[in-house]
Amino acid sequence: MTPATTATPTKKPAADAKPAAPAIKYQGTVHELQKQLMSKYYADLTSIAEGGPGRSAQLLIAGNPVEVLRTFDMIPVFPEINALQLAVRKNSLPLIQKAEELGYSTDNCAYVKADIGMWENGGKTPFATIPKPDVLVCNYVGCNVYLNWFEHLAEKVGSPAINIDIPFMRTKDGQPAEGDVEYVVAQLKELVKLLEKVTGMPFDEDKFVKIVERSSRVGQLWSQIRDLTKKRPTPYDAYFDSVTMMAPLYCLRGTEEAVDFFERTLEEMTAKVERGEGALPDGEKFRIVIEGPPPWPFLRVFRDMFSRWGAVAVASTYATVGGIWEFGFHHDPAHPFESVAKHMIEANLCNRSMLQRYDQIWRYAQEWSADALVIHSVKSCRLFSAGQGDMREHFVHDRDLPTLLIESDLEDPRYFSQAQLRNRIDAFFEALEQRRITGGKAA
Amino acid sequence: MSEGMRYSAGVDVGSTQTKAVILDETGAIVARALTDTGAYLVRAAERAYEQALQSAGVHREQVGYVIGTGYGRFNVAFGDAQVTEIGCHAKGAWSIFPNTRTVIDIGGQDTKAIAVSDRGEVLDFAMNDKCAAGSGRFLTNSAEACGMDVSQMGEKSLTAKNPVRLSTVCTVFVESDILSYMAQGKKIDDILAGVHSAIASRTVALVRRVGSKEEVTFTGGVSRNIGMRQAIEEKLGVKINASGDSHYTGAIGAAVFALERMKAAPAAVA
Repeated sequence: MTPATTATPTKKPAADAKPAAPAIKYQGTVHELQKQLMSKYYADLTSIAEGGPGRSAQLLIAGNPVEVLRTFDMIPVFPEINALQLAVRKNSLPLIQKAEELGYSTDNCAYVKADIGMWENGGKTPFATIPKPDVLVCNYVGCNVYLNWFEHLAEKVGSPAINIDIPFMRTKDGQPAEGDVEYVVAQLKELVKLLEKVTGMPFDEDKFVKIVERSSRVGQLWSQIRDLTKKRPTPYDAYFDSVTMMAPLYCLRGTEEAVDFFERTLEEMTAKVERGEGALPDGEKFRIVIEGPPPWPFLRVFRDMFSRWGAVAVASTYATVGGIWEFGFHHDPAHPFESVAKHMIEANLCNRSMLQRYDQIWRYAQEWSADALVIHSVKSCRLFSAGQGDMREHFVHDRDLPTLLIESDLEDPRYFSQAQLRNRIDAFFEALEQRRITGGKAA
Repeated sequence: MSEGMRYSAGVDVGSTQTKAVILDETGAIVARALTDTGAYLVRAAERAYEQALQSAGVHREQVGYVIGTGYGRFNVAFGDAQVTEIGCHAKGAWSIFPNTRTVIDIGGQDTKAIAVSDRGEVLDFAMNDKCAAGSGRFLTNSAEACGMDVSQMGEKSLTAKNPVRLSTVCTVFVESDILSYMAQGKKIDDILAGVHSAIASRTVALVRRVGSKEEVTFTGGVSRNIGMRQAIEEKLGVKINASGDSHYTGAIGAAVFALERMKAAPAAVA
């Protein structure tokens, strides 16, 4: 017998290891609606920047107290969201370099540098002109870079600034320590006084309660939406698609538009579950939990590295970076200040202890039935990334959860090495797949 | 070679060198080939494969399955599939030393530690981060700074009496570190031993992350360096396996995967 009758090796069908990435074009109602809402949000900001009526406040995502600002008709502006928008559009590097020319270190948080570079450009971006904020609210000082960043901005744009000191979560029972809530409430009342002065408006308590009520409603809708990814297949990717939902969650929380957006999102996703429609067109093979923010300058490329393997996120810690609602916390109109304070202290991912972060991931792995954990570590954020090596060890050795640790950056394209990331991701899923075929188990 | 014999092949396109291996149906290695990768990955893959075919006296039509691995795995134009070199080093090390449970691979730009199952599957792996600190390139640069070829440095380091302590594992800054030791009049063998010790510490840290179960097998081009092997053994406290074929481990692993797949799907070449 000679094998000469067979097809030549080059013509043999390409085998399993290099499947084409499924073309994911998620263009559901939610996506379209989000685009409309965010376009209007940025148009409103541009109008203020161009001398139109209205006010804005710059604050941070971590435990954002937008309810207080909305009571004074201030549009919350998040530099992280501006920075990621710049990165997705491949505009971040020149701005980062501009900040480095001013003396910012290469190791400094790249969100900060992109924002500083943006202000050097007079707040002009391809998607909006960001108005000079009427007030700067540094609502999370657990990151000392944030503190210095807002101090620099205050000097630069000449707006009044206030720091809110959020005590770190440090008790064994995972509750705020005694006196912490009162301490933050007292500072929120100082914020109210400052905002009264800046806006000339008296504080309207009834309006505040109404806004907190809407936030409560949004939080409940959002946690129901987060719960849907427990289904098989998951109706959306809890990392890559959640980012679509996160902008309205922070920029518009407390408004009717936000309530409407999340009602429609829940409706659309529930309908997908009923139809048995998953996030990936070719079906889900691996359910993963992702820790850490995405590399925004390469979002699409990064997503394809997972979808190529049929890997879909069923939960992500990143989606809780501005608040954790799925474990029972909700704003309480009966105790508006206290609940805003609790949001800032306990329902704030960045403010949690490492062990609480472990618990959160482990709950996701179990309750959302995940096969593996992927940690995307951020080179320019040592504060949040420190400890992720131990985190990997914990999940691999103590929890028997296959875990991949990869590193690049959320904003700076210079830290992204496509071949290296792809290699690690391919090796990880290759090994999971191989073990699944042979029935082998993780070490 | 026999007429009816079928073969499998593995081609490992690494950052520095490209390796090709051909196995017969029994899994025995019938040919190895090695070439510098250079700037044209597709050509390097083709060149290595052609060399291996010629040295085995095997026709392309007799090769039932080819797997590409390494950074340039998608440039193996004639390949049937690709497997990462992490998977291939695990498989290759296990096929050479079946009791392997941990693999250390030091390549041109990557250092990795891999935990391996009793079937040669990857259980866990850890790699150096994006920078090439402590990789094969570090050794090449260090050898150059000492004015010798990288192939001599292992042997040369064995006579060291007082190894120096390098202040860096940075592939770029190591040169100035070495120059300053030379300026102080330190002996070359002591400097080279310091170089090996610096990489060994970094490598062992990676190994500890995946568990360092015995047996430990050292693969990749750097495993030919006796000074490096000894430095790792000393820090790890166990004997490590290193085969004369260790440089080909990735390609061997790829060829073993190819053989398994060829046997699982015999219809394609029946």
